[in-house]
Amino acid sequence: MDEIITNGVQKQEMVINMGPQHPSTHGVLRLEVVLDGEVVKKVTADIGYLHRCFEKHAEAMDDYSKVIPYTDRIDYVSAMNQEHGYVIAVEKLLDLEVPERVEYMRVILAELQRIASHLLGVGTFGLDLGAFTPFLYCFIEREKILKIFEKVSGARLLYNYMCIGGLMQDIPEDFKTDTREFVKTFRPKIQELNDLLSSNRIFIDRTANIGVLPAEVALNYAASGPMLRGSGVKWDLRRNDPYSIYDRFEFDIPVGKGEVGTVGDCWDRYIVRVREMEESLKIIEQALDQMPDEGDVKEAVPKRVRPAEGEVYVRTETPRGELGYYIISDKSASPFRVKARAPSFVNLSILPAISKGALIADLVAIVGSIDIVLGEVDR
Amino acid sequence: MIEFLENITPSTTMALVIHAMIPLGLILVYALFAIWMERKVAAHVQDRLGPMRVGWHGWAQTIADMLKLLQKEDIIPTDASRFLFRFAPFLIFVASYAAFAVIPFSSGYIGSSINIGVFYLLAITSLLTLSVIMAAWASNNKWSLLGGMRSAAQMVSYEVPTIMSVLSVIVVAGSLNLMTVTEMQSGNEILGFLPNWLIFQNPFLLVAFVIFFVSILAESHRVPFDLPESESELVAGYQTEYSGMRWGIFMLAEYADMLLLSLLGVVLFFGGWNSPFGTFMDGPVWGFFWFMLKGMLLVFVMMWIRWTLPRYRVDQLMRICWNILIPASFVNFVLIALWEMIF
Repeated sequence: MDEIITNGVQKQEMVINMGPQHPSTHGVLRLEVVLDGEVVKKVTADIGYLHRCFEKHAEAMDDYSKVIPYTDRIDYVSAMNQEHGYVIAVEKLLDLEVPERVEYMRVILAELQRIASHLLGVGTFGLDLGAFTPFLYCFIEREKILKIFEKVSGARLLYNYMCIGGLMQDIPEDFKTDTREFVKTFRPKIQELNDLLSSNRIFIDRTANIGVLPAEVALNYAASGPMLRGSGVKWDLRRNDPYSIYDRFEFDIPVGKGEVGTVGDCWDRYIVRVREMEESLKIIEQALDQMPDEGDVKEAVPKRVRPAEGEVYVRTETPRGELGYYIISDKSASPFRVKARAPSFVNLSILPAISKGALIADLVAIVGSIDIVLGEVDR
Repeated sequence: MIEFLENITPSTTMALVIHAMIPLGLILVYALFAIWMERKVAAHVQDRLGPMRVGWHGWAQTIADMLKLLQKEDIIPTDASRFLFRFAPFLIFVASYAAFAVIPFSSGYIGSSINIGVFYLLAITSLLTLSVIMAAWASNNKWSLLGGMRSAAQMVSYEVPTIMSVLSVIVVAGSLNLMTVTEMQSGNEILGFLPNWLIFQNPFLLVAFVIFFVSILAESHRVPFDLPESESELVAGYQTEYSGMRWGIFMLAEYADMLLLSLLGVVLFFGGWNSPFGTFMDGPVWGFFWFMLKGMLLVFVMMWIRWTLPRYRVDQLMRICWNILIPASFVNFVLIALWEMIF
């Protein structure tokens, strides 16, 4: 700490602990903040409070499919996307083709999950800025998605629904009507959210020109997801490196344009999420139209798969960015190594770079706009 | 009122004590109701039901919460300044309670009809700042300290536009006695049907009311100006270290402050205890009803705003005050004075 003496008055910077129980750190993140008055001089993120040894656990499993429940728990807000990434990786390792119907189902579920996750991210972002009500409106919508998931998989948060070679069970009969109903009712709700937050004067004042992340810095830090797109870089793995059947759908990639401030500010990151929800709706509609009604939901795979010796890296686009699974197989039934490249972890590393000179209230806004999930940061 | 009390009680002292205790009873009943109302307003804004279990639509929920607070362990942090830590909740409540002395609740009841009523009220509410800083400093907690500093800056700054808008009313009304201000607003003569409330008497008083309302939002720490206790940044600010009934007193004082400033607004702009329908439903008892109804309407608007808007940042808050509200209130003051001279 620097001590400054002016006119005989000794001033001292204050070190303040934000978290791990602070309400705006989205879980158990601890930030060590050096403050000069209310101005942030330095931020150090202290992580690891939610470390659950995912990678070591994965190695200890005697079955590739037993890792799937653990992938759910990496990012518990978007469990379907996590499963999706992992099963694609294992299937690639096995050189396995899954039935057409399964691919469509997986895409629909992944996009529904993306909407659910963005609703949570956007809602809690508003909550961080003091707007309580939009948060609950978001949760009402998220609840509808969770109801659909509950019908499909029996669980509301950690599904363990996708499995190697397909899905655990066939979808319920009314899945299509439920999803179409949701898509129809959800579109006007996005407008409602825009009225309450996106175009709210106070909200814009709080988020425009705050925590500006230039595209160059974002690329240097290997940011991904809305964090990178908010800075104006058009990079979405669903388009740039298509996996599953994403190359069959038409959708736009929203990027931050600095509409109310500078490109790459908190508002841009926020609006990218809101617009991505609309794009996800488009994908869901197309997938529902194209999905075959009949077909297997599981490829015939042995109960315990033993992939050939080798390694694979598969990256997928989760709501938070590029999720990569790097799996090494040693021919046995248990994976030799499973490494997860978690987008939240990488995105969080930018925090010190963009929050210097901000006020403490801005720091809350910046952390909210990164939209971290601590389960994914610590794994 | 005081004569009536002297008749039914054996001594003058007792009558005076009862006379002084009336606002206290009122504040307590109001707080129970307002906290319940806040929850219900919040719940219905947010598309949910709110408390439903304790009594009809959860009306006794606040009483249940009070009982819970009373049973809680009284924790004083080790390094806190024990005397100041205990003293701050008393001071904050005394400040809001004492200010009720000059509020004319009806034509039959006012605590003390003094000629410097407005001045007294504004002076005594300044104590609130002191007690907030006291609580923040005594807690010996960095978050509390930040909250206390914000609060001091905010309340001192927003006192200026509040006082300026109050002064512009005084220019029109010509008295600092709140009873006199209320009495001169009786009758329905404006445009033949509108009540003679000050807000209708002078177009610039409408502007003064807007400035006044924004300022009292900041003075009573309500969203979008609830920075001293912003729960998502400062984790409740100066209240962080308080628990149990001490915290409850802070809550009570906050709600009392809301009511006080709303009632002041009603007296200054909306005719106090005067009935909106001329002599219809007029009189001391109806007067009290109208007065509280108008006050609660303003309180409701404050709650409505709270559950709709996000929060401002500390520098934006200051900019609004010093760059917009204060110049506007000064200009408005001059305009009102000119209007009074010409018409």
